Amino acid sequence: MAASTDTTAAPSSTLRNASGNILAFFILLLIGVLAFSIRLFSVIKYESVIHEFDPYFNYRVTQFLTKNGVYDFWNWFDDRTWYPLGRVIGGTVYPGLTLTAATMWKALHFLNIPLSVETVCVFTAPVFSAFAAWATYLLTKEVKGVGAGLTAAVLLAMVPSYISRSVAGSYDNEAVAIFALIFTFYLYIKTLNTGSLFYATLNSISYFYMVCSWGGYTFIINLIPMHVLLCIVTSRYSPRLYIAYAPLVVLGTLMAALVPVVGFNAVMTSEHFASFLVFIIIHVVALAYYIKGILSPKMFKVAATLVISVGLVVCCAVVAVLIAVVASSPTKGWSGRSLSLLDPTYASKYIPIIASVSEHQPPTWPSYFMDINVLAFLVPAGIIACFSPLSDASSFVILYIVMSVYFSGVMVRLMLVFAPAACIMSGVALSEAFDAFTRSIKFYAFQTGDTVSASTVSMENNVKEIEKKEESLKKRPSKKNKKKEKENVEKPLKKSQTEKRPLILPVEASVFALFLTVLLAAFYVVHSVWAAAEAYSAPSIVLTSHSRDGLHVFDDFREAYAWLSHNTHVDDKVASWWDYGYQTTAMANRTVIVDNNTWNNTHIATVGTAMSSPEKAAWEIFNSLDVKYVLVVFGGVVGYSSDDINKFLWMVRIGGGVFPHIKEPDYLRDGQYRIDSQATPTMLNSLMYKLSYYRFVETDGGKGYDRVRGTEIGKKYFKLTHFEEVFTTHHWMVRIYKLKPQKNRIRGKTKKSRSKTSSKGPTKTRTITKKNPWH
Amino acid sequence: MIGNKIRHDTTWNHRDDRYGCKRTRNRGGDSVHGCKVVVIRVNLQSPNTSRLRSRTLNPNQNMAKFSIATVFIASISLLLALTRSFSVENPTDRRILVLLDDLALKSSHSIFFTSLQARGFELDFKLSDDPKIALQRYGQHLYDGLVLFSPTTERFGGSLDVAAILDFVDSGKDLIVAADASASDLIRNIAAECGVDFDEDPSAVVIDHGSYAVSGTEGDHTLIAADDFIQSDVLLGSTKIEAPVLFKGIGHSVNPANSLVLKVLSASPSAYSANPKSKLSSPPSLSGSSISLVSVVQARNNARVVFSGSLDLFSNKFFKSPVQKAGSSNKYAKSGNEQFVTELSKWVFHERGHLKAVNVRHHRVGETDEPAIYRINDDLQYSVEIYEWSGSSWEPYVANDVQVQFYMMSPYVLKTMSTNKKGLYHASFKVPDVYGVFQFKVEYQRLGYTSLSLAKQIPVRPFRHNEYERFIPTAFPYYGASFSTMAGFLIFSFIYLYSK
Repeated sequence: MAASTDTTAAPSSTLRNASGNILAFFILLLIGVLAFSIRLFSVIKYESVIHEFDPYFNYRVTQFLTKNGVYDFWNWFDDRTWYPLGRVIGGTVYPGLTLTAATMWKALHFLNIPLSVETVCVFTAPVFSAFAAWATYLLTKEVKGVGAGLTAAVLLAMVPSYISRSVAGSYDNEAVAIFALIFTFYLYIKTLNTGSLFYATLNSISYFYMVCSWGGYTFIINLIPMHVLLCIVTSRYSPRLYIAYAPLVVLGTLMAALVPVVGFNAVMTSEHFASFLVFIIIHVVALAYYIKGILSPKMFKVAATLVISVGLVVCCAVVAVLIAVVASSPTKGWSGRSLSLLDPTYASKYIPIIASVSEHQPPTWPSYFMDINVLAFLVPAGIIACFSPLSDASSFVILYIVMSVYFSGVMVRLMLVFAPAACIMSGVALSEAFDAFTRSIKFYAFQTGDTVSASTVSMENNVKEIEKKEESLKKRPSKKNKKKEKENVEKPLKKSQTEKRPLILPVEASVFALFLTVLLAAFYVVHSVWAAAEAYSAPSIVLTSHSRDGLHVFDDFREAYAWLSHNTHVDDKVASWWDYGYQTTAMANRTVIVDNNTWNNTHIATVGTAMSSPEKAAWEIFNSLDVKYVLVVFGGVVGYSSDDINKFLWMVRIGGGVFPHIKEPDYLRDGQYRIDSQATPTMLNSLMYKLSYYRFVETDGGKGYDRVRGTEIGKKYFKLTHFEEVFTTHHWMVRIYKLKPQKNRIRGKTKKSRSKTSSKGPTKTRTITKKNPWH
Repeated sequence: MIGNKIRHDTTWNHRDDRYGCKRTRNRGGDSVHGCKVVVIRVNLQSPNTSRLRSRTLNPNQNMAKFSIATVFIASISLLLALTRSFSVENPTDRRILVLLDDLALKSSHSIFFTSLQARGFELDFKLSDDPKIALQRYGQHLYDGLVLFSPTTERFGGSLDVAAILDFVDSGKDLIVAADASASDLIRNIAAECGVDFDEDPSAVVIDHGSYAVSGTEGDHTLIAADDFIQSDVLLGSTKIEAPVLFKGIGHSVNPANSLVLKVLSASPSAYSANPKSKLSSPPSLSGSSISLVSVVQARNNARVVFSGSLDLFSNKFFKSPVQKAGSSNKYAKSGNEQFVTELSKWVFHERGHLKAVNVRHHRVGETDEPAIYRINDDLQYSVEIYEWSGSSWEPYVANDVQVQFYMMSPYVLKTMSTNKKGLYHASFKVPDVYGVFQFKVEYQRLGYTSLSLAKQIPVRPFRHNEYERFIPTAFPYYGASFSTMAGFLIFSFIYLYSK
């Protein structure tokens, strides 16, 4: 598709240009439709529900927002989570997503379209992925022209990595944040290309929206300074760069500080320090250029040595102060998640709660192939294409991809940041390839009738066209620096003119290569559609499995939450591992002890300790937290592998991190985690084991075969003394227990049977402990 | 069907004390306590059975019997019961089952029984092996109290067994158990389940060569004159028991760690527990003042139980006999048994020492409405009314040690409440500078009294965004800095642009 636009746009007549624009517009429209509709598999295959864990919290917050308004949302103190600490939601949540969805809902209601809040939430992500595709078009167009833009937009519309986070129902921050990220980058490049303050201001606002939406905004506020630094180092400094950067730092920081969750972090944590440092540097450089303009070359040399020496001293002092400040804080001023970005082993060494989340683990190679597929091969080609010629914009894109490749290698989750970069690069590569192939085919097509000279003319035409295109990229420079720019641009262009000449390939090779490229793109489409339909559209709250006797649906989670909401008192507290906290508050409307917002490690460790303790100790911990019910997820019956027994070691680790009497080796036999007859007694007596496997043998007639662990369980018959089972779902996936009340009476020493069988034995032992007045 | 539903709700409220607000552990537990929840204490059978049945409703309080035939009538009777449930609760027991070994006990212990009847109790005497004994019928308790004067019975008649008796206690009913030298395993098991361990040697009795009761036959030191009473006006009445109590029977021990059991009458330090007929070969298992002669148990649901090692303690003979403690010249014309037993029975049947807490209120200082949420540093006032049951009416309870806690995992505020001597206790304090879900807690456990344990959850929120001070005096340099920068920038731009 992209290739066809390129060819249609190729002749320079205005009519053709206009038709090309219209065509591009419709292509963009179709890309939007594609981006939206490819994400609807989850609704079609399952139903219109909110997915997974975090989206349930966002959904609950959105409901609150639509019901109570912005101010109450801002000041919302939630007493139903983190009991008894509570959580100040307004100050700890990135409000961008919820505000967006609530605004959409309000707008729809204003237009008399009565959609429910849930529906709006479900479809927010697909809508924004269409926006993200358009933003990608704009960004890539700024870098490499319309053709590359359209190709990149198509690729982004269906890149599996992004689909995984933005299918209908996946109502999470990333859904809107990726759009904000790309759009901010677009506005930055646009400002850089035009030097317009208008775009610079828009850029700050877009950055503000990104800060509202996602903690990943630190990526922007580090990447852009790095690019600015790169430009300065490669002596590409221009006033346009200054305009693109300085307002962003000033306005962006001011506005970021307005978001309650960021607040003073915007100036106090070291994630933001890079931007300030570069802000200083760019001023120094601007000053140097200004002085260079008013001084004679000789004077300038003298001044330069003076300034540089003084500047170095000042810089050293500033850096020393910075290092001192940073080093004085225990985590060196970096939050745990950011530290684990720089040192991939940091989290697993020091912060089990971060390491325990699967999306914080480094990705495996297959996950790259799964998530970006053929783009992985196209990216290098794109990078090469960006180097010819290297402009400010293309250098930014190169920097973007380099950084995001690194970060994606640290955390699976950041594949999401990498995906747009890969799409842009691949878009550039594909577009350049199509360009080259079609050009050579056209060249030979024209050549058949004409002489060689004619062909060179058409070649020159082509080149001129490219020249024009590239000029159009820098169409609206501010009046002052127009001249300088021309000088800048002309040099690389002349080079490209000389380089472009040998790019005419033999026609057979061109046709064949074109065919292969189209095939490659087709594979990508097939893979993406498969990923959207099969791999990434499961809501994880409803599970399905195909077997010989047909489709099985496991709706145990909702069954359990419905049971809780119908059979327990509204103020009862439910304890579970934190994974299920958001769902319990949102779906069962019950107070939970810990949830997925893992802000208080000690509280989570308390629950982890309770789960790893024997029954009595666990009862005491839970009772002190006023817990009435304990919920465990158990997959042993149906083979659901992400159950609590598989997460149990993390509970032990996190619990042991705060309460040292819980020791991980106690739960391992020779370093192996097992629940069969070789399991340690500590493991077999832990609350988690007991609650998971209570009455489990009854399911398969005395064998007790766990289908997840693939083994018979170690302890089959036991009774619960301090807990009673109140509910187990249809497939045993969720089990709910109630804490037994304290015994009404305290029993004496004498056992029932003892008085009958032998009264002598115990009597003697008792006399020993008693004081004896006869001696 | 409607009856079914209501019964479900009733048990639900009643058992679990779900309405955390103003929760008291009153026996019976159905006081309304100013809480908005109407606790209906009706135990209706499923009306699906359309056969005529007479049934008692709310047995604590009235003997009204309703014939329930249809669902329709059930709903009407429910309305009647509903109106009754608002009346003041009466915690005193009314119907008591007395199980005897031998009907002769009825006359030999008649003073005790008649004193009970004179106080308004209905006594139902049955032989312990009577096959018709039943404590409950159709899930409904037939009695409020049980007196076991059958120390030798190995098996009760009817459906009664240890489990049934413990269930009786666990549902808040009261019990008096008298053992004797030949106490059966059945009695011992009941005692052990409640935390009272009778001497395991079946032939052992309490012997005291120091403080025995002087009697005609010299050398029989198994008849003890005990005067080591527990110091509690609630348990034994305000008039001091002057004369020693005559005791003849077996001793028991209690676990000192068990907070629910109290030794009411202890043996003297010279007492020990052994078989008087055989020579002492090994040291006795129980000796000294660790031997308890009479103990009481108050279970967590405030059910009360008395264990006595002597059945004779309650007998007419002991009530009337003169007593002189060995080594003491004081001779009393009448033993202390009657006073001791009467006062103890008043306690055990909830004629004394029964507290209730009602009208828990809290509000900001200067306001009257109860807020749903407090803000940090709010000043608030908390009040509760505590009454004591006098046997016929609720009297204000006066004490100076009732404390309220403002509690979140640990008490942030612990304050002794002041009282107006009319039952109202109140305290005012400042909410701590910590937000979270707090509880107003009153945990009042005093010797002999029913335990009061109230908890009411109340969240405390931080300041709203507009509740902070708008301008802080210490920040004026910063205000000055920003405004002067703004002005300076304006002037600079003006000069830069127009000075040519």
